[in-house]
Amino acid sequence: MAVFRSVFDIIGPVMVGPSSSHTAGAVRIGLAARSIFGEQPEEVDITLFGSFGHTYRGHGTDLALIGGLLGRSTDSEEIRHAHELAEKEGLKVNIKVSDRNVDHPNTAHVLMYSGDRSMSMTACSVGGGMINITQVDGFNVRVSFDNPTVLIFYRDRTGMIARVTRILADHTINVSSMQVSRKELGSTALMTIATDGVIPAAVMDEIRSIKELGPIISLSELMREPDHAANDVPGE
Amino acid sequence: MKLYPKNFSTAVHNCNLSGISLSRYFLDIEIVLNETTEDEILRQMEKNLSVMEKAAAKGIAGVTSFSGLTGGDAKRLAAFRATGSPFGDSLYLEAMIQSLAVNEVNAAMGVICATPTAGSSGVLPGALLTMRDKLNLDRRAQLNFLITAGGTGALIGNQASISGAEGGCQAEVGSASAMTAAALVEAAGGSPSQSAHALAIALKNLLGLSCDPVASLVEVPCIKRNAVGVVNAIAAAEMALAGIESRIPVDEVIQAMGSIGRMMPMALRETALGGLAQTPTACRMTAMLQQEGHIPWPFPAAGRNED
Repeated sequence: MAVFRSVFDIIGPVMVGPSSSHTAGAVRIGLAARSIFGEQPEEVDITLFGSFGHTYRGHGTDLALIGGLLGRSTDSEEIRHAHELAEKEGLKVNIKVSDRNVDHPNTAHVLMYSGDRSMSMTACSVGGGMINITQVDGFNVRVSFDNPTVLIFYRDRTGMIARVTRILADHTINVSSMQVSRKELGSTALMTIATDGVIPAAVMDEIRSIKELGPIISLSELMREPDHAANDVPGE
Repeated sequence: MKLYPKNFSTAVHNCNLSGISLSRYFLDIEIVLNETTEDEILRQMEKNLSVMEKAAAKGIAGVTSFSGLTGGDAKRLAAFRATGSPFGDSLYLEAMIQSLAVNEVNAAMGVICATPTAGSSGVLPGALLTMRDKLNLDRRAQLNFLITAGGTGALIGNQASISGAEGGCQAEVGSASAMTAAALVEAAGGSPSQSAHALAIALKNLLGLSCDPVASLVEVPCIKRNAVGVVNAIAAAEMALAGIESRIPVDEVIQAMGSIGRMMPMALRETALGGLAQTPTACRMTAMLQQEGHIPWPFPAAGRNED
């Protein structure tokens, strides 16, 4: 069950209709995917599951996902022309519907490519425009956005987690939940850290200074202020 | 972890202890819980309010939905009002026009502010935009209206649900109507306790309401239910302001809504597998929309999950 902690969870988001779960949530999934990829991909394969697959045209779910991938916020009226927009802005979109059973009825899988880079993300829309991310680049995660969240890729080796959490502790930043996953021993691993309060930029820089860390993705601004989310994409 | 107040009676108790309004109470919580400032909250609320105003104006001018199924009813009702209703003019009529207008804009993929959801986004603006002149609410008082509605809405969400897929339409239009009633009472000078009774009365009146939209689109019967939601909110606020009390305490009413939602069959929770959505006419409409390519075949599929 969702937990409401703000008047803006109820009064908002500002969005294009018609459905907070099938439209606004879908824009946020697209925005999250863009943030995680770090830039706008050249091509994207979108797979829709469950209710997303059945009702996407009536709700404009496809338009909303593409709009998010193009960096548009939940309230952008350009979303209804997202297919034309994608063509103009150089994003090739492939959409398919899958009958496969998934945990949540409103699930989308997004596979992004640019040149020889590719990355995938799976997310579901859980109501009122809120989303959960369940998979990033093959790692199972559970990002619910109840708290500010950062994703940190790193080389799996002893002491890495302690080095990151030490920095947070030194700055009295409380970790509300943390998850570590890896594909195999010694390969790339992923830390998902949710904190009480946003991690200040100076602290983020200190974490970035750890040499063995890979890309760090901050998802803290994604939920409440749609227009900030679009500006939060690294490399823009 | 810092937490939101557990229930409405805690909120009323704390307001009475400190002698403050519900809007002041929720504003203070917002500042502490989300590490923000009063100015920042008001700035963002102002943005939401101006979205509501624009949506209402657009809807009254007339829009058509994405599927072509709905639209133009706000305009129709405004014209009817202009020529004089046989029942006489009323603020209820004005509120219905505004509510229909906002929700028609939602169905047309226009910009709205979810309150608490997109499907129920007409209820609150209908009440606020109608009553602000009558009550001489300045801009700040209008923002307070939104804060009280937001805070009380969160109390509903945390004790029950605001999602049609979870709890049916009672959780969407029911919640919208209830939180609007609570905010109307404060705006009209009522006490926090009267707000609680207004919320309880409004929610009780819509308990059990199913979410059975035709073709799973947020149009039929959602749009007209927004008009009923606002009328119900004003009626509940008037009863509470008159000193009428809900016999069942507010938090028990909210929890009853959550409990009814959990008992509700999946077919009546935003799946289009039951109720109005499966009437012969709805099935014909759905088939027509499929032929026109608005929804992919087959729909609704057997064994579909909720929402």
